[in-house]
Amino acid sequence: MNGLKRQLRWPRRIARMLLILAATGFLVIFLLLPLVVVFVEALRQGIHAYLSTIGQGEALSAIRLTLLVAAISVPLNVVFGVAAAWAIARFEFRGKALLGAFIDLPFSVSPVISGLVYVLLFGAQGWFGPWLDQHGVKIIFAVPGLVLATIFITLPFVARELIPLMQSQGSDEEEAARVLGAGGWQMFFRVTLPNIRWALLYGVLLCNARAMGEFGAVSVVSGHIRGLTTTMPLEVEMRYNEYDYVGAFAVATLLALLALLTLATKTLLEWRYGNEIAAHAPGGH
Amino acid sequence: MRRRILPGFGLSLGYALTYLGLIVLLPLAALAWKASGIGMDGMLRLLGSPRTLAALRLSFGGALLAAVINAGFGLLVAWVLVRYRFPGRRLFDALVDLPFALPTAVAGIALTALYAPNGWLGRWLAPWGIQIAYAPPGVILAMVFVGFPFVVRTLQPVLESLDRDVEEAAESLGASHMQTFFRVILPMLLPTLLTGFALALARAVGEYGSVIFIAGNIPMHSEIAPLLIVEKLEEFDYAGAAALGAVMLLASFVLLILISLLQRWSGRWAEPSR
Repeated sequence: MNGLKRQLRWPRRIARMLLILAATGFLVIFLLLPLVVVFVEALRQGIHAYLSTIGQGEALSAIRLTLLVAAISVPLNVVFGVAAAWAIARFEFRGKALLGAFIDLPFSVSPVISGLVYVLLFGAQGWFGPWLDQHGVKIIFAVPGLVLATIFITLPFVARELIPLMQSQGSDEEEAARVLGAGGWQMFFRVTLPNIRWALLYGVLLCNARAMGEFGAVSVVSGHIRGLTTTMPLEVEMRYNEYDYVGAFAVATLLALLALLTLATKTLLEWRYGNEIAAHAPGGH
Repeated sequence: MRRRILPGFGLSLGYALTYLGLIVLLPLAALAWKASGIGMDGMLRLLGSPRTLAALRLSFGGALLAAVINAGFGLLVAWVLVRYRFPGRRLFDALVDLPFALPTAVAGIALTALYAPNGWLGRWLAPWGIQIAYAPPGVILAMVFVGFPFVVRTLQPVLESLDRDVEEAAESLGASHMQTFFRVILPMLLPTLLTGFALALARAVGEYGSVIFIAGNIPMHSEIAPLLIVEKLEEFDYAGAAALGAVMLLASFVLLILISLLQRWSGRWAEPSR
């Protein structure tokens, strides 16, 4: 960037104003308004109706289930992401590019297909369906199915954040630690982990937001059994389809608050630790 | 082998491969296997059905259109956020990521509340005969919403690192602002724009949550392909669902490969910037 302060001529100034107006107007109408509508519709019948509809047992069990599913799937994908990033960013091996492409695969698979594949594996007519049935194990239309579909959908997030960062950081510090006699895990916890902590947190944040908000994949494997297999997004759908709009939007506000919290934390991380995260385009390469 | 001083290669790679194999590859293999089970006849019957064709056309055509719209607005927003300074710029910048963070079901009901014929915005459009919700434009609108951040976020870093000297050279040689933009800046941005386009497209093709609420899901009119898969599953037509899923996956991969070829072609004169 050069800091030339050029004297702008009028037509150019107007063009610039118009561009800013068009861009911000688009953002407000197209992105901000949907967010506003969620809260307004939820509070349409007053704060009491809102609170009582959130306090209902079904809503609470949906919240509990959503937290449970995220609490299982996010840590698993963190371990995977760190392992994959360590292998890809620190070693040379054949098929590395292919491995990277496979990690990205869930991003270009429709959520519905992500759910469908598990029905084909574990459903009544699936590969393992009859065997599971004999042994009394339920995966589809039960919590394990929800967890599997969520893991599939959110698998790339942590790895995608860590790989470019660890590649750009290089391995000098880790090699030094080894030469100075650190054990493998000692090196990992004392050198590697501190170096990647903010990027890791960033990845966890995105992974968690998607895990708690996932709808398509989860909807296919859920079976929509109220109180048992409905996560918050599914609860929103069911209430909406039952014409309980205030109830649907009330649960939706919780998810919208989660989204706002995620955005705020994410922005904060970017401002504060931008160069230690060094990743800009989620889903990009 | 210089790096073999570092430990954990076998453990990390082995774990990553096993996990990826179990979570992603094995299930996708099941999809391919189940899909092949319906045979040539079944496949032809599936793809020959007008309802399937209409759904595929809406999913892919709508996603293409949505990605084009996103490329336009994404370029505008990225340009304004990178090049201009104005109050609230950082807030607007943070707002761009909202579609990533907002669960799709929430986006779906919110967009419907806005654009339904009696909705906040829909009621002003209805007298003009413009129907968005419960019609194909609603599907495209939802697809634009979910794909929007991809274009902006891929363009921003490139716009920031764009060499201003070239622009100034063009202008000092007498090019107008329009000429500078379309003949100097846009060609430099094109490969990146295509990356963002491809990401937005991939997301929109498979999008389900935000679309089904606003679409109205009228067969042959506003029904998307992922919904058809769900309906086949609900009728326990596993093979049909798998086949349609495989067709969608294959088609979107072909599309993405075509775009990456286009990208290579569009970048043919681009030198590495900086």
